[in-house]
Amino acid sequence: MNHQFQNYQTEGFYDELFDEQGRPRAGARTLVEMIDALPPGELTRRQKAIDQALLKMGITFNVYSDQQGTEKIFPFDIVPRIVEAMQWGHIEAGLKQRIKALNCFIQDVYNEQQIVNDNVVPRELLQEAKSFRPQCVGFTPPRGIWCHITGTDLVRSGDGAIYVLEDNLRCPSGVSYVLQNRMLMKRSFPKIFSASKVRPVIDYPSRLYDTLIHLSDKERPTVVVLTPGSFNSAYYEHSFLAQQMGVQLVEGRDLVVHDKRVFMRTTNGLEPVDVIYRRIDDDFMDPLAFRADSMLGVPGLMSAYVAGNVALANAPGTGVADDKVIYAFVPEMIRYYLNEEPILPNVPTYVCQRPDDRAYVLAHLSELVVKAANEAGGYGMLIGPASTKEEQAEFARRIQADPRNYIAQPTLSLSRVPTIFEQGIEGRHVDLRPYILYGKSIWVLPGGLTRVALRKGSLVVNSSQGGGSKDTWVVAAVPGQVASAEESL
Amino acid sequence: MLSRVADSIYWMARYIERAENLARFIDVTQYFSLDQPDATNHWKPLIQVTGDEELFLKRHDAFTPEAVVHFLTFDREYSHSILASLTAARENARSVREAISSEVWEHLNDFYHGVKSAEQQFQDDVRAFARYGSADNLFDWVKRNSLIFEGLIDSTMSRGIGWHFANLGRLLERADKTSRILDVKYFTLLPSLDHVGTTFDDLQWSELLRSVSAFEMYRKQYQTITVPRVVQFLVLDEMFPRAVRYCLAEAFSSLKAISNNGLKRTDDGRLLNRAEQELALLCAELDSLGATTIIQRGMHQFVDHLQRRLNDVGDRVYSQFLLVGP
Repeated sequence: MNHQFQNYQTEGFYDELFDEQGRPRAGARTLVEMIDALPPGELTRRQKAIDQALLKMGITFNVYSDQQGTEKIFPFDIVPRIVEAMQWGHIEAGLKQRIKALNCFIQDVYNEQQIVNDNVVPRELLQEAKSFRPQCVGFTPPRGIWCHITGTDLVRSGDGAIYVLEDNLRCPSGVSYVLQNRMLMKRSFPKIFSASKVRPVIDYPSRLYDTLIHLSDKERPTVVVLTPGSFNSAYYEHSFLAQQMGVQLVEGRDLVVHDKRVFMRTTNGLEPVDVIYRRIDDDFMDPLAFRADSMLGVPGLMSAYVAGNVALANAPGTGVADDKVIYAFVPEMIRYYLNEEPILPNVPTYVCQRPDDRAYVLAHLSELVVKAANEAGGYGMLIGPASTKEEQAEFARRIQADPRNYIAQPTLSLSRVPTIFEQGIEGRHVDLRPYILYGKSIWVLPGGLTRVALRKGSLVVNSSQGGGSKDTWVVAAVPGQVASAEESL
Repeated sequence: MLSRVADSIYWMARYIERAENLARFIDVTQYFSLDQPDATNHWKPLIQVTGDEELFLKRHDAFTPEAVVHFLTFDREYSHSILASLTAARENARSVREAISSEVWEHLNDFYHGVKSAEQQFQDDVRAFARYGSADNLFDWVKRNSLIFEGLIDSTMSRGIGWHFANLGRLLERADKTSRILDVKYFTLLPSLDHVGTTFDDLQWSELLRSVSAFEMYRKQYQTITVPRVVQFLVLDEMFPRAVRYCLAEAFSSLKAISNNGLKRTDDGRLLNRAEQELALLCAELDSLGATTIIQRGMHQFVDHLQRRLNDVGDRVYSQFLLVGP
């Protein structure tokens, strides 16, 4: 007994699979027992087989700097992260609540602006938000839904509580990895799988399709996925989702706008398009409405959208709620629009525009994580404890020059999950990105993408900076108990 | 189907067919040179007929087997090399991954990685590789993998527009390449017209037929080998799947299927659209010719003319189906 995990240490961190005494948590017991029962070396062998399968399937991203066209797989670690069903119920309720409030907020700020009139969100914050789109003022999207697809980033800190780190309302990526990871896990560990009663994720593409057709009045609307093209790092996901939904994957050059209607160029001539799941940022979507230098977009798309002839998901303008300063006000939004207390807390956030907060941040740069309002992918960030004096001084300058653009948060001690490395298994830090669809109702994909910082001690989970991913299992704590009524799907 | 997607499928199939035929060219040349170690340089015509002598001479001093094999197989800057063709086929496939079957994509991906890793073998033992195409014969391997690709296209894709564009692409490419292989060997094997008509069961003509997998089928039909019959068989035969005439007939059915699917033929009341017309004319022209006429007019001139006409067909297909809207 206890082969694989014999020397495993939680090292004082919150571990998703083991408690403080080093005993498997209730939901993880089956998994830990079955992994322990594997012969020595077997786990590593299966890990290698999966790496091979990924290369064979061509699920890779390009390393641009390499002329030989070297491709890398997005590393996948086979020890899953487990979320017990009870806890998942809490997360799910919290996310639904949050998305509902965020959608109310976006609708409000482009229309009545009650929340700023009532001084819950400062007006100057909104006016200075770079992602606020004046083109959307006075507009209500089809069905009143702005954020159809969201990938909220959650973290668990040392105290065991789950916090919302970021909302990602624009073009969240990664859901294809959730589906692909699950498929690989089922192939590699069929036994562990069937014993663990994991909630399925396989219906995501059909849920997504339903979310999209909900936006059109037509009985059989034509839906397309709009991609920047095959050189985009998320291209695999765009093509995967189009294939799984059975819809066309289009690039900007495949679409043309005539009389404020959108058509695609086909071998039979021009065919109308009703709903576009666009994976291109607002900025690049339509050179006539946004950045004129965009080569990726469709000229006139915005005019067709505003005329109500085509639906876009997510709606242009949604990014205003993705601003990291606006983020600090989401708990207030929940109280304001829903008259409820937030179920999932924010990470405590210092808004540098507030003089008191700013003074605190400037005095504690070496302890805090500082983020720019409109950056993603781990860029434009200062991680205080890991930074040099020079970097801190540089950020102090930037904050004083443009306080509106910065927030700061305490450095969280992210929870860990056992992860395979060359010499065995060790804890590595993780976050969690669940995916939320807002269609006829709000639906949360059970689990989501667990991103893992593969370097020991690292807190950066982004794929561009040495991160990998894990499968996420939502399981019933008591073996044999069905995790949810939705299991039958 | 999106025009861009149709275009990519068409080119994906063309590039694979191109790689396969180049492997066949190299394969047959290796056999030729093995049988005549001291005779004329067999490698130079190979470069001449593929039409890129200038680029070759910029990169190499002489037509050595090593240089030619490397140029045609692995040179990334030579856009028709096997590796370049596979890279292009794969890039096209990647951009339409949702429109082709996973089996096709995964095979193509594997195929590409296989040729890439053969490059290392080549570096390790240049001479052996050039002479024999490596211990496990790369060129035979490329041929087989192209055939598997074809089989996957045929057995995993619905006979919709996508399949017809793939079929059109591979057949137009094959018609072009079969004529080229005849061109390259014709003038090394037959320096003077006086030889035409003599019955000679030449080993080399057999190899030429073998290089397009035609030897056994030819034998069944004609038994003895004569030049007009070989020309007849490779250009005008209606049953052999690598013969030019056969390829064009099948390409025409796919083109018709594509046209029937849309409204392309109704715009000016004609029965055929411009792409179909162009191809129908070419078929009719071949039907009006005999092998001896082709030989008398000059094989090389004929192949040149044929290739220009094939390009015209390709251009018409492009303007008819792939260049849509403003």
